[in-house]
Amino acid sequence: MQLSGARMVVEAIKAEGIGIIFGYPGGQALPLYDAIYDSGLRHILTRHEQGAVHAADGFARRSGQVGVCVSTSGPGATNLVTGIATANMDSIPLVCITCQVTRPAIGKDSFQEADMIGITTPITKHNFLVQDVQQLPLILKKAFYIARTGRPGPVVVDIPKDVLVEEGEWNYPTSLADLKWSYQPQSEGDTTDLQAICDALGRSHSPVLFVGGGLVSSDASEQLRQFVEKTGIPVCASLMGLSAYPTDEPLHLGMLGMHGTYAANMAVQHTDLLLGLGVRFDDRVTGTLQTFAPGARVVHLDIDPAEFNKNVRVDWRLQGDLKWSLGLLNAQASVGNISDWQASCRRWKEEKPLTYENSAEIIKPEAVIEELNRLTMGEAVICTDVGQHQMWTAQYMSFKQPRSFLTSGGLGTMGYGLPAALGAALAEEQSQKPHEVWLISSDGSIMMNCQEMATLAEEQLPVKVLVLNNRGLGMVRQWQRMFYNERMSASKHEFKLSFARLGEAMGCLGLTVERPQDLTAALEQARAAAGPVVLEVLVDEAENVMPMVAPGKSLSDMVFAGGDC
Amino acid sequence: MKHILNVLVQDRSGVLVRVAGLFSRRGYNINSLTVGSTENPGVSCMTIVVEGDDRIIEQVTKQLHKVVEVLKINDVTKEEYVGRELLMLKVLANKEDRVEIMHLCEIFRIKIVDINKKSFIIEATGTHSKLNAVEQAFRPFGIQKMSRTGIIAMVRGDKG
Repeated sequence: MQLSGARMVVEAIKAEGIGIIFGYPGGQALPLYDAIYDSGLRHILTRHEQGAVHAADGFARRSGQVGVCVSTSGPGATNLVTGIATANMDSIPLVCITCQVTRPAIGKDSFQEADMIGITTPITKHNFLVQDVQQLPLILKKAFYIARTGRPGPVVVDIPKDVLVEEGEWNYPTSLADLKWSYQPQSEGDTTDLQAICDALGRSHSPVLFVGGGLVSSDASEQLRQFVEKTGIPVCASLMGLSAYPTDEPLHLGMLGMHGTYAANMAVQHTDLLLGLGVRFDDRVTGTLQTFAPGARVVHLDIDPAEFNKNVRVDWRLQGDLKWSLGLLNAQASVGNISDWQASCRRWKEEKPLTYENSAEIIKPEAVIEELNRLTMGEAVICTDVGQHQMWTAQYMSFKQPRSFLTSGGLGTMGYGLPAALGAALAEEQSQKPHEVWLISSDGSIMMNCQEMATLAEEQLPVKVLVLNNRGLGMVRQWQRMFYNERMSASKHEFKLSFARLGEAMGCLGLTVERPQDLTAALEQARAAAGPVVLEVLVDEAENVMPMVAPGKSLSDMVFAGGDC
Repeated sequence: MKHILNVLVQDRSGVLVRVAGLFSRRGYNINSLTVGSTENPGVSCMTIVVEGDDRIIEQVTKQLHKVVEVLKINDVTKEEYVGRELLMLKVLANKEDRVEIMHLCEIFRIKIVDINKKSFIIEATGTHSKLNAVEQAFRPFGIQKMSRTGIIAMVRGDKG
């Protein structure tokens, strides 16, 4: 069958089982948008290309499917860059179709031309410039396959306008299993170290599991639950791995690292066997590497062999999908008596739980999150932006299900949250038992993509946007207070902006809370509303995220109160 | 320590950028990089000389494997290998020096490939240290131009 390049793109997306795409049209994308018009695909017109790519990312994180976004050439495509880098750092499967100027116009500095392959090479898993419509079906198949398999990641397919118009033979491959090519992801690797890992587990007096985003993306939470049930090993998590194991479980010690819990940090600093599952030992988690887990042998399970020994020296490893490697451990591993160790972990949890000083006069940001948590009981899908509110969310929200916490972990992208929540809400629409979707954001972050409130209203997506307004850039101010002699450079929003009225202007229900006693009613009202809500809460400007491990310090050097640094 | 990596890649536009970009992005130092065709059409060989301890080489190798077009990586410095570089020199050749220059070429077993009124072009292949010696030997005559390639290397025997 002969199809135009544009139709091929549409047919490939449908053949991959994806029904929703995000994008923004423009000159070079017109042939593609003409094909989208009557394709049956649901296209979400965001108000900015950055919104489209983050929405595709949120959709992918929540649904587990590949997120697809579309843009025109030049500025449309470069507006995707932050979103692509965000997905790349967090290993999120995306296919980004960027349209390009025609083949004869490439390299001539044509109108709206940008070298998207050059720009996106360091921030994608792979990218393609399509030079010939005959190659398009195979390239599209490869793009989805590369995005989804192995360690997932974003793939850019850059398609010149004349390739979109040209016709070619449509023969979409159903499988790439028989194709001889260089990309061969391994989901079941070498088991040389398996016995040594089992022996080490049997000998260990104080093992601890450290779980990350890899566990969420391989959907191995069930295997993890079995393993914890069987062995009783305490669990701590990275920001990306928080939802992998129910945070309310007694053996969950909470988040590790810079703003992690005392129990998680103490467990890792005292363990004799640290098992990293789908983690990359990021610097926000380890503190100084020299003092990280000083007494521990390290077992590392990951699908990407390049993660072994990258930051932390690994003693034993299993390369492969975590479902597979945890399955092996479930079948073969057992632990000795670790009840003393479990008691130590419990004691650390009780000794220094997360805490803050509440107030009857001023609303504490932690109190808002605690109250939202009390109402939603770990059942909501929680998205965040980046900064203090993100850390408080990680500390005070509970998560019962995997894929229920969507946050920009690696890149730390302010402005990620609103479009990601939009994508997550669309994923919820597809599910049989939709969960409520909350965005916890702040006055700094929300402004970076606030235009997507209009998209929420247009699509009538019931996203509840909680803006913790501390009239400035809280995390910047915290560091300025702690490390820069309180010289508060460029971190204050002097102009008093009403986020409730901003939300209303964009077609959402706008609510403002200024007094602690009004908080619960407003949260309830937002939950009950059928459509999108922007709920602004004026919170304490002086609050710091605590506890904290200062940058460049050991996890053992935790600071607990705001004043003593 | 210096390692010589033979990296077989699919011959596509952009592969060189991906590989070179990977080195600069992750802060690995390339001493030399040579690209050329192989016995297989569609497959090129990049010979990369990179300096670093075992841990860095392990990371370099694993990160290279993640580049989709990379087919195979062989660290030839782990094996018995033959490595060669190419050097071309344009050296001043005055009448009184010509005999000595030709004599030197014989000693080094290298070739004069072009003769001009005032200069010779000399072609030399060999190991890095031999070519350094050649360069030193001809310097007193006056080197007008010099160009050197990076190394290409092959493992001896059936392996590699």
